[in-house]
Amino acid sequence: MNERVEHDRLRTAVPVSGRGPFSFLWLLLPLAVLGLAVWWLIATNPLASFGNGAPPVENITVERTILDHNGIGLLVRAGGSEPMKIAQVQVDAGYWHFEQEPSGPIARGDTAWIRIPFPWIVGEGHTVTFVTSTGATFEHAIPVAIATPVATTSTLVSQAILGAFVGILPVAVGLMFYPALRGAGPATMDFLLAMTIGLLGFLLVDTFEDAFEFAGGSAALFQGPTMVILAAVASFMLLTAFGRREGRPTGLALATYIAIGIGLHNLGEGLAIGAAFAAGAAGLGTFLVLGFTLHNITEGIGIAAPILKVRPPLWSFAGLTLLAGGPAVLGMWIGSLAYAPQWSALALAIGAGAILQVIIEVGAFLAGRHDKGAAGLLTLPVLSGIGIGVAFMYLTAMLVKI
Amino acid sequence: MRRWLPFDLSRRGFLGAGILAAGGAALSARNAAGQATHDHSTMRAAQQASTAGHAAKQDHLTAHGAMMTVGEVDNARNGFDPTAMLTDWDTGEVTKRSDGRTVRTFEVTGEDKEIEIAPGVMFPAWTYNGRVPGPALRATEGDLLRIVFKNYGSHPHSMHFHGIHSARMDGVPGAGVIDPGEEFVYEFEAKPFGCHLYHCHALPLARHMHKGMYGLFVVDPDPARHPDMADVAKSRLLGTPENANWQEMAMVMNAFDTTFDGENEFYACNTVAHCYAKQPIKVDRNRPVRIYLVNVTEFDPINSFHLHANFFDYFDQGTTLTPTLKTVDLIMQCQAQRGILEFSFRDHEPGLYMFHAHQAEFTELGWVGMFDVVEAVS
Repeated sequence: MNERVEHDRLRTAVPVSGRGPFSFLWLLLPLAVLGLAVWWLIATNPLASFGNGAPPVENITVERTILDHNGIGLLVRAGGSEPMKIAQVQVDAGYWHFEQEPSGPIARGDTAWIRIPFPWIVGEGHTVTFVTSTGATFEHAIPVAIATPVATTSTLVSQAILGAFVGILPVAVGLMFYPALRGAGPATMDFLLAMTIGLLGFLLVDTFEDAFEFAGGSAALFQGPTMVILAAVASFMLLTAFGRREGRPTGLALATYIAIGIGLHNLGEGLAIGAAFAAGAAGLGTFLVLGFTLHNITEGIGIAAPILKVRPPLWSFAGLTLLAGGPAVLGMWIGSLAYAPQWSALALAIGAGAILQVIIEVGAFLAGRHDKGAAGLLTLPVLSGIGIGVAFMYLTAMLVKI
Repeated sequence: MRRWLPFDLSRRGFLGAGILAAGGAALSARNAAGQATHDHSTMRAAQQASTAGHAAKQDHLTAHGAMMTVGEVDNARNGFDPTAMLTDWDTGEVTKRSDGRTVRTFEVTGEDKEIEIAPGVMFPAWTYNGRVPGPALRATEGDLLRIVFKNYGSHPHSMHFHGIHSARMDGVPGAGVIDPGEEFVYEFEAKPFGCHLYHCHALPLARHMHKGMYGLFVVDPDPARHPDMADVAKSRLLGTPENANWQEMAMVMNAFDTTFDGENEFYACNTVAHCYAKQPIKVDRNRPVRIYLVNVTEFDPINSFHLHANFFDYFDQGTTLTPTLKTVDLIMQCQAQRGILEFSFRDHEPGLYMFHAHQAEFTELGWVGMFDVVEAVS
């Protein structure tokens, strides 16, 4: 009660006397100062004294690579301090004709297509070097040249089938353990929830790693690593605030958030797979897909854990499956049709934030199941659950790494 | 930071790869062995398509196909034209001393100048007389030379001549390297006859040479001093009827490192990459050709000259009147090495005959050109 009084006093201490008819003038004053400062900067150009004749800073990032019967097509993004001009293009240390669309200097942050009628060789590597008007060079490596698959209805369908295979199927399989797990005792419940935290912990690290990797390949002006962290924190805060509107999420709500987090992770993975399609990755084998599917089954069990005691309607299982697995299909389509590393980094960063939110919420849910608070987390079922969750994800991830 | 491309050994790469293979399998309902065939046929089709596309475009392009810089260099802005440079000899101002000796005076200035070395690519050069290479100075054996050098550039410069002169005239620090705004007169006798060069010898040497401070320095033999080979000497001596029959050209093989990493981005003959490929050099098939060739390529130990469909006689350093190499189609020159090439297209049908460095890398980076052999040059 005393606290409340203190608050009221503070509130009345805020001066309100300035709110007369001319109080808006106090808004104009700072704006006028700002306007004057801008005018001074433009009118007197104080930066001129810093000019030492140095050439402008230039930067080029290649966002897409298309190899087809016309040769090589590259989508480049300029990141120079001033508009920059690609004057010549080398392929494998030889000058080649090229066409730029749109032509002319490329403004900071803008993109252009560079098309080179180069007879690339299947299975071999090529290096494209851009020479700008200042003579600066920027290299782009094509480690293995393979024709870029063309997106047709049939490839989109096949992508959808495989997206469902790696995204939706394992989640559904995991959720099918639901009836078997329903009879679980408190210790088993603790174990399963803790295992969910473990698998999400693995996904968090994995998602951040991939996000930073994409960020590294994006144009400098996107400030990749900073963007990843800010996007992750923002998505974490937004989802947490949204999830806690009506108290801490439990039951179906918590399962839904887990599904959202996993879904965003799968969207990022889908983008990457789609990009692999677009870039024409070499075929390596079906067992890798099976390995990934096995890897993702744990996700379904994780989603099922919070709803074992609430018996939700049957349709919600379908909804959760689509929420967690569906984005893999969506990501593959987007990735194969329109792709740039910064968007993949952003999607993965949002996913990382979502996963972090779910880890916190599942942890809080787990702690709330006992009256011992955080101390309730230091039990054998919980610690072994986390350990086994991480270990299972880590070991199954080995199946898809070579 | 690792690459984001799917070719690296990361999970997503192999996942995508696996999906490609599995996709093929799922749609065509083939087994694993069938997949391999499927993938190979796709690749072969792509390769054929790629080659076909290339061939179709080649019809519209020159003998070097699409392997060429794009666009044209603005010769007017540069203030020099590589084609005009071929025959633009600077013979100086000739006066007679009281004792009857010929005095030949050249005026050369050192200037900073941004030049266009390939279409759209600017290079902050240091130049003699605003051009790279500098003026092709040409004198006659025995002339007294006075080269008045004024340094309008931003750095100390000099003119170091390959020839015979006194230590005071060497153009090295302490003997003719002058500061911006200063003037120096190099005086010496033109000898020995041959195909020489001059260049700035201020320090750091590689930077001053690579920036563009070099040029041809040709000393023609005096026929009176070589009575046993007077005819050959006359054919070399600029201004004689014998010499007028020859189609003489000045070529300086050079290169530019635009990124300052010790490797050249552009190679050329007379500075502009691909200039003689885009504008072939007209040659009269009925008159012999003589090329004064010098290599000033920085950062590479040697350069070379290869002529297509023909052979030539070569005079290493140009200091002999008989060839030092006979009937060759390729010579190589170390940095600062130079010589004279003599050949003829008399027995050839008209057409385009290529010449280039036979380091394929140099060719592909700009050092390639064509002789357009015609019945008569108008």
